[in-house]
Amino acid sequence: MSAALLIDIMLWGSVAAVGLIAYRRGPRVLNASLREGAMDFINIIPRIALGVIGSGYIAAVIPPEVITAWLGPNSGWFGVAAAVLAGAATPGGPVVGFSIGAVALKSGGGTPQVLAYVIAWALFAFQRLLLWEIPFMPARFVWFRAAVSVPFPFLAAAIAMAIGKP
Amino acid sequence: MITIAVLVAVSAALVWRRDGLPGVLDILTHDVSLFGGILPRVLAGCLLGAFIAEILPHDKVSRALGPESGLKGLLIGTAFGAILPGGPFTAYPVASALLAVGADFGATIAMVVSWTLIGYGRAVAWELPIMGTDFTLWRIVISLPLPVLAGALGRFVYVRMYSAKGADDSE
Repeated sequence: MSAALLIDIMLWGSVAAVGLIAYRRGPRVLNASLREGAMDFINIIPRIALGVIGSGYIAAVIPPEVITAWLGPNSGWFGVAAAVLAGAATPGGPVVGFSIGAVALKSGGGTPQVLAYVIAWALFAFQRLLLWEIPFMPARFVWFRAAVSVPFPFLAAAIAMAIGKP
Repeated sequence: MITIAVLVAVSAALVWRRDGLPGVLDILTHDVSLFGGILPRVLAGCLLGAFIAEILPHDKVSRALGPESGLKGLLIGTAFGAILPGGPFTAYPVASALLAVGADFGATIAMVVSWTLIGYGRAVAWELPIMGTDFTLWRIVISLPLPVLAGALGRFVYVRMYSAKGADDSE
């Protein structure tokens, strides 16, 4: 967990750094941003509570075998397309997608398919869009970004097939 | 919000039918502790977003990351996403702040995509231990061009979808 600690230190260090800049612009700037940040925080808590506490249940009822079966060994472009769909359907959370990806690799899934799966999950896992992105950002931007991201797991799989790695 | 609440309730009921009350409580205690753990980071993310929105000069941001910023804007967005510390609770408020102070969809897409695909936070904490070094490093190498491409595609589509608005935005 030392990586987590390092991330925490960098995160609060960045907050302190921009806070100092705001402070030097004058107390009004500092107060305004503190109030703004605190209001965002209060508004977001219930949504995140629902997301974090709820995602465990959603993940628990989606059996990982269903997703790994879709990835299939040497399933070609059909497998890549299935992997992208599976990635979008996998619940968010930092662990779920990687764990399923690791299981798929071990049970003989092709690496381009697993790569497409992990990247699709990272880019537009549907649950993460709803629970994390929509609360923080304009919905129009979120859907637009997700739509624009659709070709890229396929592109990554194509690169992986072309260079024969990983 | 309501859809998600219903989805969560249905899932919890299914877990309850399958594993009984202990199964439900197991997940609840685990997730509540996870929630408690990330709360301070959510606060840090909100503060970071608010400070950035307040202190960044709007004219400079719209020049560096706005619709006319070209490839350079996409590269700045990508670099910014790659070095940004923290998780979704940092990246999304900051991205939202950038949009508010004059960054266009393209540069912001480059930033968000870069954060998800080549940001070190998730890779170091979760991907390396679970997926292994070889897969993770190649995954990142293959992902390197994607944020700029996604940002460019986003800008290309945006200008054609909202052409009237795009003309207004560009100073």
